[in-house]
Order: sequence, then structure tokens, then C-alpha cells
Amino acid sequence: MSIFVDKYTRVLVQGITGKEGQFHTRQCVTYGTKVVAGVTPGKGGQEIEGIPVFNTVKSAAFETGANCSLVFVPPAFAKDAIIEAIEANIPLVVAITEGIPVLDMMKIKNYLKGKQTRLIGPNCPGIITPGECKVGIMPGIIHKEGGPIGVVSRSGTLTYEVVHQLTKQGIGQTTCIGIGGDPVNGTNFIDCLDAFEKDPATKGIVMVGEIGGSAEEEAAQFIKDSVTKPIVGFIAGITAPPGRRMGHAGAIISGNSGTASAKISAMKQAGIHVCENLGILGEFCSKVLL
Amino acid sequence: MKIHEYQAKEFFKRYGIPIPEGAPALDYEEALRISDSIGSLPVVVKAQIHAGGRGKGGGVKLAHSLDEVRGVISQILGMKLITHQTGKEGKIVNKLLIEQGVKIKKELYLSIIPDRETAKIVIIASEAGGMDIEEVALNTPDKIIKSYISPLIGIEAFNCREIGFGLNLSPSCMKQMSSILTNLYRLFIDYDCSLIEINPLIITDTDSLVALDAKINFDDNALFRHKDLFNYRDIDEEEPLEVEASKYNLNYIKMDGNVGNMVNGAGLAMATMDIIKLAGASPANFLDVGGGASAEMVENGFKIILSDKNVKGIFINIFGGILRCDVLAKGLVQAAKNIKLNLPVVIRMEGTNVEEGRTILRESDLNLISALDLQDAVQKVAEIVK
Repeated sequence: MSIFVDKYTRVLVQGITGKEGQFHTRQCVTYGTKVVAGVTPGKGGQEIEGIPVFNTVKSAAFETGANCSLVFVPPAFAKDAIIEAIEANIPLVVAITEGIPVLDMMKIKNYLKGKQTRLIGPNCPGIITPGECKVGIMPGIIHKEGGPIGVVSRSGTLTYEVVHQLTKQGIGQTTCIGIGGDPVNGTNFIDCLDAFEKDPATKGIVMVGEIGGSAEEEAAQFIKDSVTKPIVGFIAGITAPPGRRMGHAGAIISGNSGTASAKISAMKQAGIHVCENLGILGEFCSKVLL
Repeated sequence: MKIHEYQAKEFFKRYGIPIPEGAPALDYEEALRISDSIGSLPVVVKAQIHAGGRGKGGGVKLAHSLDEVRGVISQILGMKLITHQTGKEGKIVNKLLIEQGVKIKKELYLSIIPDRETAKIVIIASEAGGMDIEEVALNTPDKIIKSYISPLIGIEAFNCREIGFGLNLSPSCMKQMSSILTNLYRLFIDYDCSLIEINPLIITDTDSLVALDAKINFDDNALFRHKDLFNYRDIDEEEPLEVEASKYNLNYIKMDGNVGNMVNGAGLAMATMDIIKLAGASPANFLDVGGGASAEMVENGFKIILSDKNVKGIFINIFGGILRCDVLAKGLVQAAKNIKLNLPVVIRMEGTNVEEGRTILRESDLNLISALDLQDAVQKVAEIVK
């Protein structure tokens, strides 16, 4: 079992003919993901790696039965691409694109309400159900299939670090999701925690947060109220200076809000096992999650 | 991206938001000329630096006579202004804003920001203007009024009413406030602002609303569609090493420790800084070379780190995914040779082709210390700089 993606997921890639799109499409296919279509306006009729390319998302989904879109479209055109996928009723849209203007994401987020689409990202590594389906740019090789741990994170390479340590401890993963480092994103911690709680194969959860905003605090409240599975938490940015954007657009401490210490204390109060040393996170998980 | 108060007021003027009469000046003569042309006293002399807290630091002064005007101008121009936001090294004042003094009946606070939790644009206002708004929010949260705007709908009259009634404005001020809010919202959307703040927005003795201060920040992600904003950038206000790094598309933030570090990915870079601290050392910087760093970026990263004279040791933490470790190792060795690296470097690599990468490092004749894992690496680098 898993959440959001599995071996039945049929992926279309928006921006498949670009450098990034092409490279990662190949990586996903190699991993075993069913990539059934690509979309690049004006390049309909071509083929990339034997995958048919269409001009519009609607036609690609209609012809191939794609039920998930992976978006590599550059920031200036990303809003258009994501809205097109929502309008085509694609159930899951995974946006890798980094650097989408906040105003565009706010419009998308408001537009999503009441629609059938779940958006993961943007500015994220994507989602993987090890052994079944990789929809994103993460290295497949570091993952271990079969569960029982679910991973949800705001970061990219930091997630790889966490997953790698789990795998080294012999701990497999059900699904690993990067929800993205932007201030406004489609799927949040709570959506993923809720799904992991309902997934019988997931026995424990690792949640990786960072400074900025209050998503971790809200997640902690949700965990207190509605999650019974054990959770390990980690927060990056204890040493980050206030008022500076630490790489991710969303990672900024504003005034007194968004600090690592506030997040850590909220997580501890919710009964989350907070690991403060990334160097030993894998061992820590094997102690408290299994 | 941040701009100066006088530049923000240019935008205000263009969008019909009332500001005091005045103009910016770069030197003493120009400042005096502007003061003369205002033609009335008192005038206000305001230091133009990007940091807040200028008033408390002595960078904003009222002058009631011509003598005072001269004195205040020469006092502030060229001064080293230290505020809670500049750090202890302060900022040299190279620009002034000279403005007409205005009679204040009441000070209000007003700002517009994106609210990440609701994905709406929020107007924040308070009757407790002229004070540190974060303190007001902490101590007297009931004095803060908020009104939320859907970015799909835009500002409506009720938003203005919520703010106007919340601030207990007179009918005349209410009307002015509606126009100010509508225009500010237009500015906010037109330029992808990430903050517009007026503190204080004052009510004058004749019941007029005037923006005494002005602060605008822009969304860095949206700068590609506002090419005209590049003219507003003031390189003098930025950390020189950060300006240099931005030329190479490197994400660098200077800190004051002695362990230089280079990491791929922002989250891992932050976590690496944290773990350096946890090991008893202190990070000299935040440096994210990107999820798919190239050998060239690594070399530029080295250059930036080495320009910081506090650095005693370097820690490189790369999780190779898309970026293969053997490619990275070759890049590292090449870069180290090119720049004649003479500081100890601890390298921790993980991910794709890690064994090949480690072999390349081992076989190079450079002072590169390979680490087994994160924990091992950070202990080694902490030992070196001790």
C-alpha cells in the first residue's frame, strides 16, 4: 500500500521536450514508472523516448488515460500549465518547477478549491512509492520498497539524506513526498499525515520541516487531534538568521514567527519524537518508529 | 528585493498615495537645495538605508531652522548608522530624503502582505502606528485589524470598510483610506510585491491621510516580469560576497562563524549549518549550489567561501542524485587545483557513484579529507577549526 501514487499511476509529463523534462522522464521510465504521454504545445505528434507528445493536456489525457501530470514547465509559464492540468481534471499534478511567483501560486491555490485535482509542490522533488512509481527527480536507488515508514518533507536533498539513512538502517518506505519549499503550496503536511494515518501499510511517519511559516505548528495540532501512528520530526534552520530567505522562497523567519525553536516545541508538545541531530536520524527512527 | 524609502515613495506618487513634499539627495549641496525648495520649516532629514529602525539609531531628524537643517544634514550624511537590523557593523549613509515636516494628529499602521496560510492577500492595520508592529501584535493583539483579499477577486469595498471602521476613522478619512487601499492593492498586484508597509500613515491636523514612511519589497521569483525594477537595486546595500555569489547563480548568505560550507539543496544546506553548530563549531555561511550543481559552480563556490577571511576550514556536503559523485569529485579536484586551495577541506559525498567519487578524491594529492557519513564529517571539521 502507499499514498497518492502506485503501480497503476499513469503519468504525463508537461514540458517533456525540455532538457530537464527529457532527462527526468528517462529516469522515471528506468525506475519503472508508467509514463504514457508528454505535452509540449506545438510539438504534438512527436515522440520522446517512444512516448507520444501532445499539444494539450486534455488530448493527452483523453488518448492515453493519464491520471497524473509531472510538470517541468519554467516559472513564467507554470501557472498556465498547472491550471491547464486542473481544467483537464487530472487527479494528481506534481509540479517540480522552482521559482514560480507567489502571486501565481496564490491564484492556483484558490482556484484548486472544489476541483478534483491534488497538486503536489511546486519547488519540490516529487513523490515516490518505492518499487512501484517515481514521479519526480529524486534518485530512485536510495529508496527501499515495502514500507513501513512514510516520509513527508518541505525539502529535496535533505529528504534524500533522511531516506538514505532509513534505508541504511534497513527501514523501507511506503511513500516519500516532497511538498516543496515555497510559501504557498498545493498539498501540505496535514494532507499527507492524514493519508499516511489512513494507509494500513504505513506504520510510522518521518516529517521533515524547516523555518518559515506555520505549517509545522498546524501539522502538530492535527497530529495531536487525529494521528495515532508514531512520528519522528526534524526541523532545518536552527542557525538561520532572521529576515533572510534561506534558498527556499518559503524559508524565512519573519519577526517572531517561523523560527525553528517554535516549531520544535509545538512538535514536542504534540508527542512527536523530535530528532535534533541529522547525523543520527536513521538510528533515531529505528529506535522510536519500529 | 528591497528598495529605499524614497524609491517606494516614487511608486506611491505614481499610484496616487499622498506623501509629504520632498526629494532624495546624494550630497550636502543638493540636500540644502531641496530643503530650500520646500520653502517651509520644519523639514525632516531621513537617512536612506534598507534596514529598519532608522529613527531610533539617529538617522531621522527634524530641523526647525536653517542652521538646524545644515547641522542635521552634515550629521546624518556619511554617518555610520547602527540599528537592530544592520548588525553591529552598521551602514554608512550615502543618501538622504529631505521632506516637509507635517503636523501629526494621529499615527496609524498599514501594510499589505501575502498570507501563506490562507493563500490570500491580507491588509493589516492598527491604530498603534509609529511603533514596532511585532510588539503591538504580541502585547495588544486586539489592536491589530486584518482584512483578507482573494487574489482571484481582488479588493472589494468591504475590505476598505473593515479597515476604516476598525481604525475608527472619521467619514472624511474613511474615504481617503478607501482610495489609498485600492491604489496600494493595485501597486501590490502590478509589481508582485511581497510587502508594502506604511508606518506611520498619519492623520494630519487638517484630517488628511499622508504616508510618512514607505517600504516596499518585491517577490524575487517575479522579477523576470518586472525588468524596470532592476534600476531600483542598490548594490551598496547588499553584502559584497552575496552580490558576487548571485552573479554565479549561487545562493549564498554570509554568517559570522569559521566553517565555510558548500551544500547542494537549500534544506540540506540549512541542516548542515545546524549540525556544524551542534558539533561545537560555527558556520561561516549558507551556500546552496543547487540540486544539480556543476563542477563550475563548485569552483565558484570555493572562490566565494575563500574570500571570507574568517574561514578556517571547509565542509562540503553533497548528496548526489542527479549530480553523480564521480563528476563532482573530478570538479572538486580541478577547482582545488585551479584556485590553489590551502585550507583543510572535509568532504562528505553520498548517492550515485559514490565509490568512484571517493577513489578520485583519495588518489588526488590534495588536502581533502574524506568522511564516511554526515556525523563523521562534521566531527572532523569541528576538530580542525577548534
